[in-house]
Amino acid sequence: MFDDFQFRAILAGVGVAIAAAPLGCFVVWRRMAYFGDATANAAILGVALSLALSVSVFAGALTIAFFMALTVNALSGRGFAMDTLLGVMAHLALAFGLVAVSFIQGVRLDLMAYLFGDILAVGRVDLAVIWGGALSVFALLAWWWTALLTATLNPDLAHASGFNPKREQLILTLCLAVVVAVAIKVVGVLLIAALLIIPAAAARPISTSPERMAATAGVIGVGSAIGGLHMSLWYDTPAGPSIVCVATVMFIVTNLIGTARGIGA
Amino acid sequence: MAVVGPNGSGKTTLIRALVGAVQPSSGTIVKDANLRIGYVPQRLTIDPTLPMTVGRFLNLPTRRSKSEVQDALENAGVGGISKRQMTALSGGQFQRVLLARAVLEKPHLLILDEPTTGLDQPGSADFYRQIEEVRSNLNCAVLMVSHELHVVMSASDRVVCLNGHVCCHGTPDIFASAPEYRALFGSGTQGALALYRHDHDHHHNHDECDH
Repeated sequence: MFDDFQFRAILAGVGVAIAAAPLGCFVVWRRMAYFGDATANAAILGVALSLALSVSVFAGALTIAFFMALTVNALSGRGFAMDTLLGVMAHLALAFGLVAVSFIQGVRLDLMAYLFGDILAVGRVDLAVIWGGALSVFALLAWWWTALLTATLNPDLAHASGFNPKREQLILTLCLAVVVAVAIKVVGVLLIAALLIIPAAAARPISTSPERMAATAGVIGVGSAIGGLHMSLWYDTPAGPSIVCVATVMFIVTNLIGTARGIGA
Repeated sequence: MAVVGPNGSGKTTLIRALVGAVQPSSGTIVKDANLRIGYVPQRLTIDPTLPMTVGRFLNLPTRRSKSEVQDALENAGVGGISKRQMTALSGGQFQRVLLARAVLEKPHLLILDEPTTGLDQPGSADFYRQIEEVRSNLNCAVLMVSHELHVVMSASDRVVCLNGHVCCHGTPDIFASAPEYRALFGSGTQGALALYRHDHDHHHNHDECDH
C-alpha cells in the first residue's frame, strides 16, 4: 500500500490536516491568521538555507519558521501595529527566501515545489516526518488544551487560574512552526495558512463549543485532503490548490447552513 | 473591602498584580500558598469566532459536574442558560455567569473589578445583593473595585482609596469623616456630584496622608 504514490499522498494530506485543524482553531480564535502566513513565508528562507547547507529541508524550515514566529512574538506590542509588523515580516521573509534560493545552483526548478507543494512526490521518509510532526502537535494541543483555551479566552483569567499565558503562546508558536515545516511538502508555503484557517472557519458556524469546533475542523480538513487529491487525480489539477478549493467549498456550505440556522458568527 | 479612586489611579493594576497578571515593579505580594482566588475581570470580551456555551465556560479550567454548574448558575440568579452561547447573553447575565464561574472555585477571596460596569441601576443593585449572598454563603473575603460610592459606603467593612498610591483607608465611618474623603468626594448629597475633585499632584512615599 505504501508503494502507491497516491495512497502516500492521501496519508500525508490527512496527517497534516489533523494537526492543522485544531491548531487552526486557535489561529482563528486568537486572530493570528496573518501570523500563520508570516511563519509559512519564513519557511522559504529556511528551505533556501537548508539547500545551501545541505541539511534536511524539514529541519531548516522548522528552525527558521520557529525563529520567525518568536521574532514576531517578541516584537508585537512594541509600538508597531500587529498587522503592519506581520505585513513587513511575512514579505521580508518571502523576498529574502526567494533571493537566497536564487544564489543556489540548480534549485530554481524545485522552487515551485516548495511554493505550491508536491504532495504526489511524498516518500516514505517524508510520510514518517509528516506524521511524526503532526502527531506531536496534536498531542501537545490535547495535553495543554485547557490551559491554551483559558489563555485564549482571557489572559488575566488564565493568570488567576495559575496558568502562564506567555508559555501558552510559546506552545502555539512552536506548534505553528512544526505544522508549517511538515505542510510545505503537502500544500506548499503559499497555501499553508489556508489549511490552518479555512477548516476552522468552516467549522465555526456549525459548532457550539470549542472542542466540537476543533473536531469538526479536523473532519473538514481530512475531507478536504481526500477530496482535493481525488479531484487532482480526476481532473489533473495541482494537488495543493485542489485541497484548498475543496476546503473553501465546505466553508461556503457550512456558512450557508449556519446562516439558515441563525447561529453563524 | 472596597477599592475606590479616579480613573487611572491603579485600581485595576492593583487587582491584576494580586491575581498575578502583572509583576509589581516594587514591593511584594504575600499570598497563602493554598489561597483560592475567584476573579471577576473588569471586561471579558469573547471573540465571536470562539463558540462557547455558558456550561462549557463554567468548566474552564476545571471540569465540574453538571449539578455543580446548575447550582452555581441558579445561585447567581441565571438558572437554565447553560446551553446558551456566551456571546448571546445580555450584560447582566454575562456578569452573573462570570460571578458563577468565580464562585465555582470556592474562593477564599473573591476579587471583582468594577463588576457592574454596563449594568443599569436595578441591575447593579441586584448584582450587589448577589455578591452579598455569595459572601455569606461561602464565608469568603470580597475585594472589589467600584465607582458606586453609596454601595461602597453601605456595604464595605474597609475602604481603600488609590491614586497612584494609597491615598487613605479605613472603615467607611472613619473614612467618610476623614478630611481626605471629604476632599475627595464631598459630603452629603453633593457626594455623588463631587467625585474626585481634589488634586493629586503629589506623591506618597510614606503611609500618611498629606492632603
